[in-house]
Amino acid sequence: MDQALDLQIRAILNQHGRIAIDAHALALQADLYQAGLSSHASVNVMLALEGAFDLEFPDRMLTRSSFQSIAAIQSAVTELIGG
Amino acid sequence: MTHSSAQLSADLQNLLPAHPGLRVGVDTVDIADVEAAWQHFGLRYARRLFTAHECDYALDQPGLVAERLAARFAAKEAVIKALNLGELGVDWRDIEVRRQADGACRLALHGRAAQAMAALPACQAALSLSHDKGHACAVVVLVPASPR
Repeated sequence: MDQALDLQIRAILNQHGRIAIDAHALALQADLYQAGLSSHASVNVMLALEGAFDLEFPDRMLTRSSFQSIAAIQSAVTELIGG
Repeated sequence: MTHSSAQLSADLQNLLPAHPGLRVGVDTVDIADVEAAWQHFGLRYARRLFTAHECDYALDQPGLVAERLAARFAAKEAVIKALNLGELGVDWRDIEVRRQADGACRLALHGRAAQAMAALPACQAALSLSHDKGHACAVVVLVPASPR
C-alpha cells in the first residue's frame, strides 16, 4: 500500500467528501456512503482526485463502487496513474 | 423489534405487487453543496457534469446557477436510480435535461445511458424538477409505452 497515496486520498475525502467522521480514522474497506458520502460529494472527490493526480476517470470508473471505500479509490487511482 | 419467520412470511404476503415496467427515480441535492463545488472547481465542475445546453441555461442567470445545476444533477441521479445505472459507468453528460420553449423539461439520453434505455421495453419518460429552501429535487418516472 502506498502510504503517501493513502494519506492524500484521506485528505481529499476530508476536504471534499463531507463525511461525518475524520477520514484518517476510517478503515480501508469502510463504506464511505455509510459514512455520509453523498453522490454529489463523490463527484467533488473525483474532481479533486483528478486535479491532484492529473488524471481523468473514464466512464467505466464512474460507478458507485469506485468511490465505495478508500481501498476502492486507491485501486482506481493506482490503475489510472499506472502504479 | 424482532420478527418470527411466520411474521416475515405474512409481511411478504402483504407486499403490494410491483409494476413490471414502471420505474421511478428520485434524488435531492443540497444547493449549498453545489454552490461550494461551483465556487471551488468552477467551469471544470460544470463541464464535467453538464452538457453545453445545461450550462448555457444555468449560467444564463447568475443568481440561480447553483439552483439550476443542483436540479439538473438531481435529475441525472434520479435517472441513474430509475434505470439502475449505478454500476454501469455512465458519464453524467449522457443524461441531459433539455428545457423546452414552454419551460417544461424533458430528458435526452446519450451514450451508455441511451444504450441502457434502449435495452428496455419501450418507455415514455416524465421528469419534474424543483428547488426551494436550500434543496433541489428531481423525480423521473418511466412508463411502458402504450401499445398502438
